[in-house]
Amino acid sequence: MNIPKLQLFRYSATVLLAAATMVTLGPGSAFAQNEVNLYTTREPGLIKPLLEVFSKQSGIKVNTVFVKDGLAERVRAEGSRSPADVLMTVDIGNLLELVQQGVTQKLDSPVLNAAIPANLRDENGHWYALSLRARLVYAAKSLNLKTITYEELADPKWKAKLCIRSGQHPYNTALISSYIAHYDVAAAEQWLRGLKANLARTPGGGDRDVARDIVGGICDIGVANSYYIGLMRSGAGGPEQKKWGDGIDVVMPTFKNGGTHVNVSGVAIAASAPHRAEAVKLLEYLVSDEAQALYASGDFEYPVKAGTKIDPIIAALGALKIDPRPVIAGVAHLKLASELVDKVGFNK
Amino acid sequence: MAGSGSGARPWLAGSGVIAALVAAPVIGLIIIALRGSGDLWPHLLAYVFPQTLADTFILLTGVGILVMTIGTGMAWLLTAYEFPGRRIFEWALLLPLAVPTYIIAFAYLDLLHPVGPVQTALRNLLGLTNPRDLWFPEVRSMAGCIFLLGIVLYPYVYISTRAMFLMQAGSILEAARTLGAGRRRVFFQVALPLARPAIAAGTALALLEALNDIGASEFLGVQTMSVSIYATWISRSNLPGAAQIALFMLLIVVSLILVERWARRNQRYVSMAQRTRRASPQKLNGWRACIAIALASVPVFFGFVLPALYLVDQAVRRIGFAGISPQIGREIFNTMSMAAVATAVAVALGLVVAYAARLSRAPFAGACLRIASLGYALPGTVLAIGVLAPLAALDNAVADFLQYAFGYSSGLLLTGTGAILIYVYVARFLAISAGGVESGMMKLSPSLDHAARTLGETAGGVMRRVHLPLIRPALGAAALLIFVDCMKELPATLLLRPLNFETLATHLYGEAARGTYEDGAIAALCIVMVGLIPVILLAKLSRRPALAHDAQQTGPRNLVSAEAILLASAPQDIPQTPQR
Repeated sequence: MNIPKLQLFRYSATVLLAAATMVTLGPGSAFAQNEVNLYTTREPGLIKPLLEVFSKQSGIKVNTVFVKDGLAERVRAEGSRSPADVLMTVDIGNLLELVQQGVTQKLDSPVLNAAIPANLRDENGHWYALSLRARLVYAAKSLNLKTITYEELADPKWKAKLCIRSGQHPYNTALISSYIAHYDVAAAEQWLRGLKANLARTPGGGDRDVARDIVGGICDIGVANSYYIGLMRSGAGGPEQKKWGDGIDVVMPTFKNGGTHVNVSGVAIAASAPHRAEAVKLLEYLVSDEAQALYASGDFEYPVKAGTKIDPIIAALGALKIDPRPVIAGVAHLKLASELVDKVGFNK
Repeated sequence: MAGSGSGARPWLAGSGVIAALVAAPVIGLIIIALRGSGDLWPHLLAYVFPQTLADTFILLTGVGILVMTIGTGMAWLLTAYEFPGRRIFEWALLLPLAVPTYIIAFAYLDLLHPVGPVQTALRNLLGLTNPRDLWFPEVRSMAGCIFLLGIVLYPYVYISTRAMFLMQAGSILEAARTLGAGRRRVFFQVALPLARPAIAAGTALALLEALNDIGASEFLGVQTMSVSIYATWISRSNLPGAAQIALFMLLIVVSLILVERWARRNQRYVSMAQRTRRASPQKLNGWRACIAIALASVPVFFGFVLPALYLVDQAVRRIGFAGISPQIGREIFNTMSMAAVATAVAVALGLVVAYAARLSRAPFAGACLRIASLGYALPGTVLAIGVLAPLAALDNAVADFLQYAFGYSSGLLLTGTGAILIYVYVARFLAISAGGVESGMMKLSPSLDHAARTLGETAGGVMRRVHLPLIRPALGAAALLIFVDCMKELPATLLLRPLNFETLATHLYGEAARGTYEDGAIAALCIVMVGLIPVILLAKLSRRPALAHDAQQTGPRNLVSAEAILLASAPQDIPQTPQR
């Protein structure tokens, strides 16, 4: 390397670094007018189309940050100056966690109250469900399985045939918690031990891996969420996944004495929302017929608003008979559920 | 050591401030931990630790053996032997660094799944139709996790050990040869013991990466300590408990590092500062050369070529299917600028803490150096949570003050801006630069410092004009590792980044969070490609150890002073083999 080249490199590196510093440390626009700041644990791809329509219609710009773990901690630490307006989660446990940490505020909106059934929102107006996802059973086509209960998943006849993601995943702890709510801890432990004995592989991966593993012959049945079926079968995930989705049967399981376990995605208004009015507008948009239809058609979820059309792929799975208990009753035992997972060594 | 005292004080003060900055999140965690975790520990002891400790131990042992074997073996192969393609392997062996653990895990699962290309091809070859008829090792297992982590983490050992082998004056190795030692004996009895600090440092980095990995381990179903920290925090909403486990883990890590240092407390590794001539490598021909090439190809192939080809294939399909996201250019820029700024800051601060420890024998300086390296021993998200509380408190205090004093409502100036990301990157990766600089400086005889100071240099001048040119390879290696690590960093970035701000890693995660990873193939490929830039740059800049080479480039003034210093110090500069 000769001298000018080296110097050129040094100069350009310095300039780049200076520019980069300015960009990375530049002030944000979190407090501008006519904006709303959304903190979400919901994958950006899922809500982007919704937010784009909202912005176009209302003229309100939506700034988002997609956070996975620690949403509550971040808002809490930011305190009264937090730029957060709307908090959105994909799981009821996380939603309640926000309320418990005191980072939400009460909202009394006739629009929301009219659109969302009472068992899918907080009686004090701290959180609202926007969509539902059911925890279903995927099955090998060869089984020709038509019905199954969650209880029957522990039946020894499924020994070495069951696939599921990590027992500590919120989707699974919510299901276990729901089981505790139906019976008691001892029964749930018994059930979980049965499930463990039936595992075909160590719990891991994601819900779509259940379908792939069934197609690949690793297992015969598995537990996974409803909307993945839509994502796979519609071809939205690419041709490979369409093969997985089409290669399996889907059964709508219920509890013996109840309905199908559902989880919710929902929203809350941040305690110190600097753009409260815009935030309310966003929430009210999210329960509009148009937005609810997008939840169904774009994300393959069950909309909360009665009368919204469900996507044909999901509708073809059969009628969803939601467990009659309020969603919140099902998640009262999340901690116990998580401890049970450890206790029975489920993930080993 | 250079006479402590004159000129050391500002360095010590700087070092203290830096240590405090890194310690802040740890203190934040201690405060969180003190909130109390209820009945967590009986549960942990009864049901969680027996398994997580065993899993963690097996994982770390496995990964440790793998990275040491591959890293040291490759470093020696490329130092002691000459064979066709050696110069390519020199940098190609660094390539797996650019592949994040969470990407390698899903790439291999996809490739080796019963419905994936490898098994499908095998079945076709064997005439089998049912996937169940073919036995194939399961990727989602402890063995799979060890292999995958090892194959992308070995460069940490390779990079430090090779630098050490190169800096070892060829004369020692040749002396051993002259005295009748075979190459094998030279390796095991001379080169290896001499390289021990480098191997230890590289292995420690690799093991900490493995310990704090959450993406690959959880995905592959391995229950490490990090996974149980997550379960405690996320599934049981017990943040204090999670902080307690994290601090417990930190304690173990720190003790292990201290034990290793204590074990080689009496060994000093000073070598000649003169132009370090590589020991003349043995030329390999014919089938021996083929074996060497084959050996060096294995880690490159499994750690880089195969996953990269997979990503290219996926990305091409994805582009055909869904097009390229228009934001990707912006994300590449965000990723690179964040990583570049953080690297520059981390290297500068690493120089300060390491040099302060060299200048002063005071225990304070050594303590600062150790504290400054703590961040690497915590999982990314845990560190982020630790950063969040103290920084947001500071932020609010500043805003309160501005409001009170000037009536100006400023909002939060640090939290939710790029600054907090830079802070957390630096706090997390300072260990790499501090450690790199420290081990680089350790090899410089103190007589160099004495000579320079005698000739009238200030403490700062000694570092700038004597140490910096001499430790450039170590510095370059540290900068590379930090840059690549920042670029790959996911959990802390995800939690702390500003609104509307995506890096390649967060984009990839956002795409992947819905259960499959192909959607993120383009971003994943970009991470790997962008990661190549510093790897290649480093390979270019540090092909030869710096000094003589540099002096010619940077003008007569440096040449004169460097030569003068060398002359003054040469007689004492006899490399010492470790004394046991």
